[in-house]
Amino acid sequence: MSAPSDKTIVVQDLRLAYGTREVIHGISFEVGRNEIFAIIGPAQSGKSSLLRCLNRTIDFVAGATMTGTILFEGENVRKTRDVFALRRKIGMVAPLPVGLPLTIYDNVAFAPRCAGMHDKHELDGLVERCLRQAALWDEVKDRLGSLGTALSGGQQQRLTIARALSHQPDVLCLDEFSIAIDPVTTMRIEDVLKELSREITIVLVTNLVQQARRLARRTMFMWKGEIVELGATEVVFSEAPADRRTYDYVHGIFG
Amino acid sequence: MTAIPASGERVRTRLPGRKPLVILGERALEILIRLSGFSAIFFVLAIFFFVFREAAPVLFDAEFDAKEFLFSTEWYPTSERNVRYGTWALTFGSVAVTALAMVIAVPFGLGAAIYISEFSGKKQKEILKIVIELLAAIPSVVWGFIGLTVMSKLIVDLTGAPVGVNLLNGGIILALMSIPIIVSIGEDALKAVPDSFREAAEALGATKLQMIRRVLLPAARNGLLAAVLLGVGRAVGETMAVLMATGHAVRIPHGPLDSVRTLTANIAAELGEAAAGSPHYRVLFLTGVLLFVITFVVNLTADMAIRGLRRK
Repeated sequence: MSAPSDKTIVVQDLRLAYGTREVIHGISFEVGRNEIFAIIGPAQSGKSSLLRCLNRTIDFVAGATMTGTILFEGENVRKTRDVFALRRKIGMVAPLPVGLPLTIYDNVAFAPRCAGMHDKHELDGLVERCLRQAALWDEVKDRLGSLGTALSGGQQQRLTIARALSHQPDVLCLDEFSIAIDPVTTMRIEDVLKELSREITIVLVTNLVQQARRLARRTMFMWKGEIVELGATEVVFSEAPADRRTYDYVHGIFG
Repeated sequence: MTAIPASGERVRTRLPGRKPLVILGERALEILIRLSGFSAIFFVLAIFFFVFREAAPVLFDAEFDAKEFLFSTEWYPTSERNVRYGTWALTFGSVAVTALAMVIAVPFGLGAAIYISEFSGKKQKEILKIVIELLAAIPSVVWGFIGLTVMSKLIVDLTGAPVGVNLLNGGIILALMSIPIIVSIGEDALKAVPDSFREAAEALGATKLQMIRRVLLPAARNGLLAAVLLGVGRAVGETMAVLMATGHAVRIPHGPLDSVRTLTANIAAELGEAAAGSPHYRVLFLTGVLLFVITFVVNLTADMAIRGLRRK
């Protein structure tokens, strides 16, 4: 297996079935190091399921079976020995925020602590940095000890982003992160993502096609569990993408 | 279908109004539900009132000494010359047996609850839950019988204690009796924690044990505390099993192998012998009031603990 070193994630002939219903029908693609890679497509096209395959959170779904290979830094994700370490390397932000029933501080410090970091000073610094990166620090710096679940929806979503950054992942997967956030905050986080993409790889699933256009170097259009088109964002959003369906979807006349 | 009038007049469909009888019925149902809610308070107060009424005269008796009643270990209710009603040894017995039972039951009970809720497969979960419910349905006299025969022999054989019916025996039997309650209430509490918490924690790279310790247990804290306290309540109030298993000796135990007597067992054993209206009879009712107060204090502390946790 010769995985080119500039590829962070290599997916080959990935199939995913829930019970007997196959939802991803053998797709292959690669994600380069430190790029922002966008996945767009209508609902039910397998985008979120695909993300969950990447860090094996698909394991939580009873009856889900995955075949094919996903290589992360050359390592087969399906056969990885330490799935916990894998999940730390591939961070995940879910579409609806799940504040753990802990304080704001503990929410962010959760993953580092699980990974064995207990130095108070180190943790403090890390928590502050992650909250700053998620554009939340200024709003919560005076109440780090209050419950994370008491924050507003948008703040909770940024808290989950801070949390996903807290274990310093190599890849950050965001699944429609802007669903619960206002446009101004969304833009702030988009700036953060651009900033982050210098150091880490970002896989962005989004329903907002313009968001993909703003952020991604390459965009993949998925439909019904298959890749319709994958290419440079300029091409996908141009007047003449390779596939007619891409044009229709991107321009809102899909139907 | 009626045609839409050409003039553009709005056509409104008339909904049939509610009949007065239906509204009345609704009111009646509401009152009924409210009554059943209040009846709980009524019954508690009524029970307390009747127990207290039977006990009250002795409080005003010149010979009755409240300090002796609470803190003396001398329980000689039928003595010819010098009648003494000291319940300290009984209270101590109740507390000691309950404490020992909880030391055994809480780790096992919560452990079993966590296992059933987090680790067992679907089929195994069903089987375990049914068996545990079955365990809860065993009558206390059967437990007492087991304590008196099987457990007692086992204790004598293993520890070399002179008698097998003692504090340890009662504690183990009570633990076995409280575990089903702790397990089923505890499992409910864990089940009530949304799956999204578990997934979020594990998606952050937490192992299952880290998830349980750092997320699941704090989230289910109140429910688990309630489970433990219901277990305590069961243990404090249990009568027949402890009567048979603890040896029924009025004294402060020096170790788990000494026999003890509990407040409940004492009432059960002596009330039938005491002449109605006699001081002995009234003191036994007063012991009932004492039990009432103990359970009330336990519940109140629990309530305050939960409130305190919530505020934090």
